[in-house]
Amino acid sequence: MTTSSTTPSRWRALTRHHLFWPVAVLILLLLVNVPFTPDFFSVRMADGHLYGSLVSIVLFGSPLILVAVGMTLVIATGGIDLSVGAVVAITGALACSYISDQNDQGALSGVLLAMGLGLLAAVVCGLWNGFLVARMGIQPIIATLIIMVAGRGVAQLITDGQIITINSEPYKLIGGGYWLTLPFSIFVVAAVVAVTVALTRRTALGLLVEAVGGNAEASRLVGIRSRRIKIMVYMFCALCAGIAGLMISSNTSAADGNNAGLWIELDAILAVVIGGTSLLGGRFSIGGTVVGALVIQTLTTTIYTIGVPTQTNLVFKAAVVIVVCLLQSPKFRAKVFGAKFAARFAAKGGAKPAAAAADPAAATEAAPKMEVS
Amino acid sequence: MAEPRPVLEMAGIVKEFPGVRALSDVDFRLFPGEIHALMGENGAGKSTLIKVLTGVYTLDGGTITLDGRSVRIASPLQAQQAGISTVYQEVNLCPNLSVAENIFIGREPTRLGRIQWKRLRREAAELVDRLGLDIDVGAPLSSYPLAVQQLVAIVRSLNTGGGEGPGTKVLILDEPTSSLDRDEVLQLFSLMRRLKDEGVAILFVSHFLDQIYEVCDRMTVLRNGTLVGEHMVSDLDQVGLVQLMLGKAMGQLDELHEHQLRSDAGDTLVQAEGLGRTGGIAPFDLEIKEGEVIGLAGLLGSGRTELARLLFGADQPDTGKVTIDGRPVSMSAPNDAIGAGVAFCSENRKSEGLVPDLTVRENIILALQASRGWTRPIPVAQRDELVAKYIKALDIRPANPEARVGQLSGGNQQKVLLARWLITQPKLLILDEPTRGIDIGAKAEIQKLVVSLSEEGMSVLYIAAELEEVLRLSHTIGVLRDRRLVAQIANGPEITPSRILETIASGEHQ
Repeated sequence: MTTSSTTPSRWRALTRHHLFWPVAVLILLLLVNVPFTPDFFSVRMADGHLYGSLVSIVLFGSPLILVAVGMTLVIATGGIDLSVGAVVAITGALACSYISDQNDQGALSGVLLAMGLGLLAAVVCGLWNGFLVARMGIQPIIATLIIMVAGRGVAQLITDGQIITINSEPYKLIGGGYWLTLPFSIFVVAAVVAVTVALTRRTALGLLVEAVGGNAEASRLVGIRSRRIKIMVYMFCALCAGIAGLMISSNTSAADGNNAGLWIELDAILAVVIGGTSLLGGRFSIGGTVVGALVIQTLTTTIYTIGVPTQTNLVFKAAVVIVVCLLQSPKFRAKVFGAKFAARFAAKGGAKPAAAAADPAAATEAAPKMEVS
Repeated sequence: MAEPRPVLEMAGIVKEFPGVRALSDVDFRLFPGEIHALMGENGAGKSTLIKVLTGVYTLDGGTITLDGRSVRIASPLQAQQAGISTVYQEVNLCPNLSVAENIFIGREPTRLGRIQWKRLRREAAELVDRLGLDIDVGAPLSSYPLAVQQLVAIVRSLNTGGGEGPGTKVLILDEPTSSLDRDEVLQLFSLMRRLKDEGVAILFVSHFLDQIYEVCDRMTVLRNGTLVGEHMVSDLDQVGLVQLMLGKAMGQLDELHEHQLRSDAGDTLVQAEGLGRTGGIAPFDLEIKEGEVIGLAGLLGSGRTELARLLFGADQPDTGKVTIDGRPVSMSAPNDAIGAGVAFCSENRKSEGLVPDLTVRENIILALQASRGWTRPIPVAQRDELVAKYIKALDIRPANPEARVGQLSGGNQQKVLLARWLITQPKLLILDEPTRGIDIGAKAEIQKLVVSLSEEGMSVLYIAAELEEVLRLSHTIGVLRDRRLVAQIANGPEITPSRILETIASGEHQ
């Protein structure tokens, strides 16, 4: 009797956790690869580096995770940032063109200066976005559209419309190097995620961001300086995109103003939504976004490993994304699985009330986060 | 007289939320051609019962029988199609569309897939005319005051029959009168009586007991999610009703009457000179002393809220200046006022107060945290202690700091907002209609709180629609008329509601 009543209650608590569905989808996608690539989960050591599909998913997904983490905060304030792809291009272009002008491309000081220059440009872009949104009151989708379009032009001006290639060992480290047997970019991502979580949850920034996104007028009336918070958030988002820009250009040792970070803003928005943050703003989850970005990267990898014909790639991806979003919607789940679940709990007799009483907090917590808009 | 068959019967209704049993085994019936009051304190289950009936919530148990047929109502649309129309407390219409569009939205008369605009206008005009309302159906809804918007919402809900006449069998009015003035209430009542004569069953929820006794035939009383009883209105007097709702004898309210108003006013706290805003309120002078309660009386739209918003910097004044504690305050944003120790609970809890997705705890600490800035979070231990203290002191239910504030009842949400500001220890607390839409028990608690805060030296600017409430609490009564502060009257035994009413009507105080 005890087992029959505690097992479903734990199960319910688990399924109601806000990360349950994103993680479930991720695991499912990973498992799909196994029949096609039997050694999919194996990680082997070669030349002191770890290799394997899992490592490459994180490696190739790194820029997306960075961009999506910044995007999460912007979306939590009720905004959106379409310019991140252009910021990726600008940052990479600036850093690479500076390095390519140096006599000694391998000099650490030059590389650091180049990175600083690129990130500074990124932050200025964020400041511009924040200024337009918070001070001028322009709708975020329009305000950030400006740099989305113009930024690519700026990036091409910086590179003279060429693809700048460089040969710099220290710069190569960020996106293509290894440290402690793992790709260096994994450490960069881990650091950025850790800093973001600390910044939002160890300070009151997360609460204030959620308040601004949850009810802007009420936030104004309790004295939250929402303009300042919005500007900060857009700057932070651009900074994350800038780091991703360094990483992408470092990985290929080249700056391509035209194609670097192309459409990454859409993948990032998707990652945020899959991670359970509502596009309406309010509650956000950094952990959910990281999982969401990994889902998208795994999907891309899976498309290649199972051999989906190239021309149907995008359609296949869209189909999976739709399924993922539907699975995350509580309403959809209730419609499709609701009747079955209810019947099962009724059959167990008494299990349902016990479960409901066991974890009221999880239930109330999970509901808003899982909404897909 | 043999009773006719009820048009609606609900039996054994059960509704559970995580951790809360909102309704347990409630029976309810509604007869055609009657106005039926649903009574109970906030959190008694009135709103839940209505939402179950209208398909917003799904039932956890019990049956609903409509016209003798058992029905399952899974969505508001199904409820409408079954002939159950609802008008909620907050107007759920599109302010940017015209009145006619709002009335027909979602069911516009069409031909070959195209909307027949002329017909839509004409039918809307006819409908509005038939109900005795003087509204231009072509004007945008936002050009009318909230009260008229409410009437439009009722017109819209009646129109489910397709413009010919009400296909409505059951009309639910959830707190429709809370933002209407007396004339508008009378207009609503005559509309309700007309519908009743046509055989519509009306379920009416209101916190104004006088209104219940004026217009209703029968009532059902709920308490803590259970059925207390069903009575003919003529068989139960107001005292009896209140006792049923509270489950205890009166007395809570009487205490307030005996309370002695503090006479010795302190030093001047707030001094406003020539403060005004075009289109808001004409320039006024106002002095608020420490520990003084100033009540604002006036009709809806007379400028009560506008005055309060200027004192908080929620709207920017065009003219005049404010000094608080002897220091000038610019009032260009709420931050300026908050920094000077002013707190403001808006009359619009939902749109200007709560962040519904956040928890009770997060909502409570929001103002304090905002004043500390994002870099200095309140230490966890101190935060939890403060929140627990205020949840206990104000008796917020459920007493769970993790509960989402959107799921609380109106009275408890109001208490959360009060807690949010009390935690900042303001010098001046502005309460705009703090007791609107909340039950009699919570009302008394909030009024007692105001008295004790004033005794502790906090100044309070108190706005309420009920004159008795203003008179009971205030040392000074500011009377507003046509967006002008026309009189400031020191309270005393000789001041009665009728004298205040005279001042409101004439604009002069003798």
